[in-house]
Amino acid sequence: MHALVQAIILGILTGGVYALMASGQTLIFGIMKVVNLAQGALVVLGAYMTYTLFTQLGIDPFLSILITTPLLFLVGIAVQWALLRPLRGDDLAELSILVTFALALGIEGVLSFVYGATLTNVQPSYANFSWTVFGYQVSLVRFVAFILSLVMLALLYLILQRTKFGRSVRATVQNPMSAQLLGVNANRVSAIGFGLGSATAAAAGSVFGMLNSFNPGSHYDLISRLLTIVVLGGLGSIGGSVVAALVMGVASSVVSALASPIWSDFTFFIVLLLVLLIRPRGLFGARTRGAL
Amino acid sequence: MKGGITRAGLIRAGVFFVVLIVIPLVGGPGWLLNMLIFTIMYAALASGWNLLGGYAGYPSLGHVAFFGIGAYAIAIPFSGSVGGGFLPFLVLPLVGIGAALVSIPVGWISMRTRSDVFAIVTITLLFITQTLAFNLKGLTGGAQGKSVAPAPFDVGTYDWPFYYAMLVLLAVAMGISFYFRRSKIGLSLATVRADEDKAHGVGVRVTAVKLIAFAVSAGIVAMGGGIWAYYVGFIYPQFAVDPLITIGMVLMAFLGGRGTIWGPVLGAFILVPAQEYFAQAFGASELYLLAYAAVFLVIMLFLPRGILPSISERIRRRRANVAAEESTVAR
Repeated sequence: MHALVQAIILGILTGGVYALMASGQTLIFGIMKVVNLAQGALVVLGAYMTYTLFTQLGIDPFLSILITTPLLFLVGIAVQWALLRPLRGDDLAELSILVTFALALGIEGVLSFVYGATLTNVQPSYANFSWTVFGYQVSLVRFVAFILSLVMLALLYLILQRTKFGRSVRATVQNPMSAQLLGVNANRVSAIGFGLGSATAAAAGSVFGMLNSFNPGSHYDLISRLLTIVVLGGLGSIGGSVVAALVMGVASSVVSALASPIWSDFTFFIVLLLVLLIRPRGLFGARTRGAL
Repeated sequence: MKGGITRAGLIRAGVFFVVLIVIPLVGGPGWLLNMLIFTIMYAALASGWNLLGGYAGYPSLGHVAFFGIGAYAIAIPFSGSVGGGFLPFLVLPLVGIGAALVSIPVGWISMRTRSDVFAIVTITLLFITQTLAFNLKGLTGGAQGKSVAPAPFDVGTYDWPFYYAMLVLLAVAMGISFYFRRSKIGLSLATVRADEDKAHGVGVRVTAVKLIAFAVSAGIVAMGGGIWAYYVGFIYPQFAVDPLITIGMVLMAFLGGRGTIWGPVLGAFILVPAQEYFAQAFGASELYLLAYAAVFLVIMLFLPRGILPSISERIRRRRANVAAEESTVAR
């Protein structure tokens, strides 16, 4: 029982970080109908930036988010502008998936050139500190990471609900054509949307680097989990992706504690298969013709 | 879909295969044969992928899962002994059929989704297979890998059996592509690609043809994996189920032209040598990854339809112009 509760706590805390990564990915899908296969690579890029800032300049990993997030926001805008906007053709969805895959490979290539393939992680002095609450271990890093993810998600929510840009985004998600007719600049919304998606990856990446050992190839593990989460949550639904991330965080952590860590990734795949069999549009997804 | 066996088509295929058959016989540097084995393998894989990704418009990013399944299906039973050396090749059709059968339920589930979500699901398939290969240690040897018993072939002509096996596989893949194109299956797949809902509405047996395409393409890819495993002799989960192999297939089909018979082959014959060259020139595998990504992006941005469709459209347009001019002159 103790192990189960401990696993659930761990799962919720981890799930919060996944929620942050996945919310960016699902936002990008909602706006542009692009499945961003580079989201995992962007997270790893964020982790390496934090690593460099920490080891070279001694900047605290949590503080480095203030630097990495704006940087990756700009990177995201550049990517959308240079690689996704020029795409033409009748199967845009396919092409854009492949372009983001190429981007992921490119990022992996650059990172392995700069950092090599050995596993690293970011180890601030407080990395192994943890509290004991009612007999359960709560690690400081995980807890702060969880809170931070909630803050970032709240920020994202406020941007989407309270700003003019957010209104344009929501209009574009609901109906791209009428949004454009009403004067929404689709290119601008897409670019900023991709930027925001990458920015969440950066924030999540800084945290990811403290919680996990990573190397440039880590993005494959990440993306397979993120994809399950966004499909489970319903593509394009940010709330759905948060719920799905928590569910998956808990599920995999429980499997890992009660069965074996090597099968915890498998939980993701089994859940994905069940979702596709029972409810292909996910928990909160809208039924869109052509996508499902 | 366009017609039957034309003389030009026969000559093209004849010359292509005769040249490839003759190359080992006239001799050549060892690296050439080695490179051609991989080139022909990728041509076969890309042609197999094309049956689903090109004809049916279902861009699978997980086909390397079947490649891995085929590789382990050869490596596991032949890890002790390969008999006279030709037994693995004889078993290969069974491997293909087995993989095709395995792929049917997989395809049935994953093809409940379309385009982008389908790509997601198939990419997950890749990770599932890789995780299984890592975790089922008793069967696959896990991260330690699995070795195939060395083939008792003569040193001078060691590569020949693998070379010709790959060539036969390519011929089969291209033959099936050709058959698909001129049969009712190809026609049905074309309607699925254009508008699946309408196709379903007018009575095309959508699910059946999609599953046929999925199974056949998985079978071809699995056989390629089988020969590969036997040739390289030692397989690890991360190389047998390598995302780069998946991307290789997709990229080659895209470069040459999806939905054409020669496109994937052309793509393979351009990209594999290029890849070898990058690997030689840059040495370090990291830059090679970067070069790969760059080539990839260039193709997607500037040649999204592929070489062959772009050329044939240009020819068609020129013919149309000529015809238009002639008709004005006649008037």
